[in-house]
Amino acid sequence: MGSLPEGMNNLGATLNAGVPISWYLILSAILFTLGVAGFIFRRNIITVFMCIELMLNAVNLSFVAFANQHKQVSGHIFTFFVMVVAAAEAAVGLAIILTVFKNRDTLNIDEINSLKN
Amino acid sequence: MSIFFFLLFATIAVVAGVSVILQRHPIASALSLVGVMGSLAVFYLILGAEFIALAQMIVYAGAIMVLFIFVIMLLNAGAEERRGRSWMAQLLGVPLLIAFFAIVGYALVGRFSGGEPVSFGSFTGGTAEAVGYALFTDYLLPFEVTSVLILVAIVGAIVLARKEMD
Repeated sequence: MGSLPEGMNNLGATLNAGVPISWYLILSAILFTLGVAGFIFRRNIITVFMCIELMLNAVNLSFVAFANQHKQVSGHIFTFFVMVVAAAEAAVGLAIILTVFKNRDTLNIDEINSLKN
Repeated sequence: MSIFFFLLFATIAVVAGVSVILQRHPIASALSLVGVMGSLAVFYLILGAEFIALAQMIVYAGAIMVLFIFVIMLLNAGAEERRGRSWMAQLLGVPLLIAFFAIVGYALVGRFSGGEPVSFGSFTGGTAEAVGYALFTDYLLPFEVTSVLILVAIVGAIVLARKEMD
């Protein structure tokens, strides 16, 4: 710790130099936390699914930030694979949502509880 | 200048992210999520990931979100009602989330506060050529396995969404 006040002191120099990598990581953490919050608090199954996409995007941002920091392209490859998995997940997940809605006629995750006890 | 763009698009991303979880109607959440993805594409561009920025716009904001909006319209999903939350989520949710963010932020700032600051053009190794070269040399096996994954996803989606034919 002790790095944040130092960063505040150097704010004037930072204005010309660029953005510290930790800012990107903090932004990524904020977006991930928002995704978790939506996952916990929302009841609509489609919105819950969108919050998962938000979390994946937040992680992608930190991958790309680390790729920039280490001057390597591997982080971009990871991001690419995360995108591919997200696309496959969206296709299958939305098909599952369609099937659930066809059978249960609801999108509320509290009413989809046949596996409970 | 990069700090101005960072703050501008970080604000857009966070506001749109809050909007995703606060909007009552799924279609408004979906459009807010497009806003988050667009500003993340700008960040990728600033961080030197040109290919990933374009893939973000085309694959995420284009394909995946259109799929979401298509399903929302197909199911005619209305606004969700605000009731029936579990008391545990109401009571413990926000404090646990704040604790989670504090721990993650502390770890990130503590470990990665140093290093070279990011400005536009400080890393130019994210071109389509560089990504494609890495993808087809070092990461060839994962790439091919990914194609199998996509095939499985296509078959799964068709099997799940088809009409029952008796």
